[in-house]
Amino acid sequence: MDQLDEIVLEFLTESHEGLDQMERHLVELEQKPDDKELLKAIFRSIHTIKGTCGFLGFTRLESVTHHGESLLALLRDGLMRLTPEVTSLLLRTVDTVRGILATIEAQGHDGKEDHAELIADLDETIRTHGRRKGEGHGPPADPEPGEVEVATVAEAVADAVAVPASTNGDGGSSVTDSTIRVDVELLDRLMTQVGELVLSRNQILQYAIDVKDTAFQAASQRLNLITTELQEGVMKTRMQPIGNVWQKFPRVVRDLSVSFGKEVRIEMLGRDTELDKTIIEAIKDPLTHLIRNAVDHGIESPEDREAAGKPREGVLRLRAFHEGGQVNIEIADDGAGIDTEAVKHKALDKGLVSPDQVARMTERELQQLLFLPGLSTAKTVTNVSGRGVGMDVVKTNIEKIGGMVDMQSVRGEGTVLKIKIPLTLAIIPALVVTSQGERFAIPQVNLLELVRLEEGIEGLEEIHGVPVYRLRGELLPIVHLDQVLSLHKTKPESEKVDFDALIAAHHAWRSRLDRIIAGDEAVDRSVVTDPAKCALGKWLYGAGKEQFGKLAEWRLLEGIHRRMHESLGLVIDEVEAGETALAKSHLGTVDGLIRETVADIEKLREATLSFQDATIVVLRADDRSFGLVVDEVNETTEIVVKPLGKQLKGIPVFAGATVMGDGRVALILDVLGLAQEASVVSTTGGERHVTGRDAASQLAEEDRDTLLILGVGESQRVAIPIAMVARLEEVPRRSLEVAGEQEVIQYRDSILPLLRLSNLLGSGGTGDDPDNLQLVVYNDDGREVGIVVDRILDIVEDRVAVEKPSDRPGLIGSAVVQGRITDLLDIRSIVRNVHGGAPEFSERTA
Amino acid sequence: MSTTKQFCSFFLEGHTFGVEVTRVQEVLRFQPMTPVPLAPGVVEGLINLRGQIVTAIDLRRRLSLPPRPEGASPMNVVVRTDDGSVSLLVDEIGDVMEVAEETFEEPPETLKGAARELIPGAFKLDRRLLLVLDTDRVISGITATSGATGEG
Repeated sequence: MDQLDEIVLEFLTESHEGLDQMERHLVELEQKPDDKELLKAIFRSIHTIKGTCGFLGFTRLESVTHHGESLLALLRDGLMRLTPEVTSLLLRTVDTVRGILATIEAQGHDGKEDHAELIADLDETIRTHGRRKGEGHGPPADPEPGEVEVATVAEAVADAVAVPASTNGDGGSSVTDSTIRVDVELLDRLMTQVGELVLSRNQILQYAIDVKDTAFQAASQRLNLITTELQEGVMKTRMQPIGNVWQKFPRVVRDLSVSFGKEVRIEMLGRDTELDKTIIEAIKDPLTHLIRNAVDHGIESPEDREAAGKPREGVLRLRAFHEGGQVNIEIADDGAGIDTEAVKHKALDKGLVSPDQVARMTERELQQLLFLPGLSTAKTVTNVSGRGVGMDVVKTNIEKIGGMVDMQSVRGEGTVLKIKIPLTLAIIPALVVTSQGERFAIPQVNLLELVRLEEGIEGLEEIHGVPVYRLRGELLPIVHLDQVLSLHKTKPESEKVDFDALIAAHHAWRSRLDRIIAGDEAVDRSVVTDPAKCALGKWLYGAGKEQFGKLAEWRLLEGIHRRMHESLGLVIDEVEAGETALAKSHLGTVDGLIRETVADIEKLREATLSFQDATIVVLRADDRSFGLVVDEVNETTEIVVKPLGKQLKGIPVFAGATVMGDGRVALILDVLGLAQEASVVSTTGGERHVTGRDAASQLAEEDRDTLLILGVGESQRVAIPIAMVARLEEVPRRSLEVAGEQEVIQYRDSILPLLRLSNLLGSGGTGDDPDNLQLVVYNDDGREVGIVVDRILDIVEDRVAVEKPSDRPGLIGSAVVQGRITDLLDIRSIVRNVHGGAPEFSERTA
Repeated sequence: MSTTKQFCSFFLEGHTFGVEVTRVQEVLRFQPMTPVPLAPGVVEGLINLRGQIVTAIDLRRRLSLPPRPEGASPMNVVVRTDDGSVSLLVDEIGDVMEVAEETFEEPPETLKGAARELIPGAFKLDRRLLLVLDTDRVISGITATSGATGEG
């Protein structure tokens, strides 16, 4: 019984393969009906099934395949021409055979149905189309299907496989003597075990470094190599060409285009691109969905296409390729593109967005609406000639396996869907970083580059409390990992320093000296004269030196602080010597030193704020890049992704966890989730907000004279206090629109009026960049204005005195900044002019 | 003839708690833990259980008991749940106890809050009560009540 089962199972698997191949060939045959080799291959496929099922006693299946074979024999012998009807009939036969195979699989026999209708249709076609010459429907098959067949089956299999491979060489499913079938479960188990082995290997490597035993190290290196090779080998066994999924698409496209009355050609590139089996499984349905969408909604009817000046036949192009450790799949059609108007109305009807929101959306943002759940149910979107049948489901499914979907559509020209998916899910290369003593793994896929923040050089800058970094001239938004994860608490006590207390303590010396002179306070002279013994000194020569010793501010403070303590000692000496008058006369000098010390503490405090001895990990999420500040970058390593328990699933910043070389658990960062958490990329409809800085520190900064220096026209320099700047933006020129007489752009869900600084100053500049506009966004209590400038030059901190008051509107006057004449902009009056009427300045609540 | 049940007992703030032995996967001494930022407050961290990653839950916090004294390292009672294994952090591990079912009694109405929800009742032992812990509820409630119980 078991033996029979095994034979049947093998028959089922082989037959399915044969049918898949046959189906592909049939669709191909429609394109080149005269290809004899294809016809022969198709014939062989069905002949093999027929032969074997006769041997196994599946008579109903044999009957169906027999009639199908008869029809094919006519075609093969050139007695009949292939018409679309005949192809449909043959495809129907394939489907029926599949159905019977499923019945066999489920019930062990080939069912009760006799499929008379199909057989009658086949016979009918044979009668009407076939020329009499064929003598009935006798295929050249043997009269008695039995043991004789077995021999021919084997030959047929070998032929069926060899021929198509040599004719069109597109891989397909080539089975040779050297392959065996392996249970997928077994492969999965192997993969898990290799995962564990990789972890153990990592632990041993870690240990080997510590032990410093050469023999052991050599052995562990060998282990390392073998494990890597084994891992690659096992991964390879699970790899399948994407063509396995694609092979059914020609049929899908054909059936759909026939039923919609469309003409669609499918082109495939890179079908031997390999992917992990689990991923192949996961993308099967989303891809089918997208293909259906493209034919259903993307490609127009032949008449519409002709009217639009396109060839009648639409093209659907599938492309797959490896790039950066990921697999890219593109599905492109040359159809009508996305009707954003229709999408807009649908989204409004469904109440998914507000009219206000929609009005401010760019074309691209409107297209992205298709990914919103709820917008896209098959019915609604078929009515509007847009697209998006279950696009949210597609997106979710792709993202579930760590992939990304992007859509680009040009009205009238077509739509391209780009999918990026990881090669494999189980083991991924990752970068291990440390923040506040905790390790985190970052998947390498998201990693762009590492930037070491050397002290002093350019460092981090801030725009209105939002940290940015100038990476090759571009402003990179900065996210502090410790802040996003609220990790501050774990910072060791010794590194913290309370500048306020230090300032207060040094201020206090002034009054303490008075008391000492009056004899009300006694001090230990040796403690006072040693600058390393006060609280500041302890920090200054300890943790402070370690962290900030290279800073000029540290050296400055160290010097003045030492002199201050020396002079304190001097005064105390004089008091002890009874020379109070002399001591008093020196008070002025000491006082000055105290004040200088306090001022220098302030300066160092300021310097420490911008000074970060850290590394920026530049990451990409959702096509945006951002910098993640971490304390340390440790290593790159292969990690085995393990899921987090259900209790922790809700935390968007983690993708899972892994066991590190030392056996400890480390969390894996979900870069997209992290970016969203830190508002670097917006979540759908979400409000972006300023990261991590508390209100107090923002206010403190607004009090300083930090100026944003802008370039207008040829050489004019204009300054705006940076406290008034909400953000710096670069927007494409084509996003400019006009409302009333006012130039505007759609910006973060609202209309942003624009003001050209060059017009205002009459300097007639147009900007350096032909494609983009540099914008300084000014925000006063929700009232925003975008000031178009030609160049953003610099951010300077300076004490500015207006040297020459101006009577020109919009200017306060001129000043010398960085040694050059710079006009100071009266931004409030400018905004008043733009918005009309006096602005209301209400209390800021932030 | 009375039917008996076996409970794995452990101690928390002087109380004796019990979990049915069939639910307990294993008991471990203190394990190094990786804290999970932004997690619900009751989640103490993650432990590596022979390659498997297990979430550790501080039962003291879950039951709104006072925090564990400084320096005391908790023990792990790893229980099986529908969502995989979870470790419950307890003060100390006790014996496996055999209790008669008829000594079970539901808690009085005066028991309120988190404890009411998680303790379906107690077995009356000689000189103390064995409080039964509903492990499913201990774990399932975490995502929902994280705001209420959470304070890192």
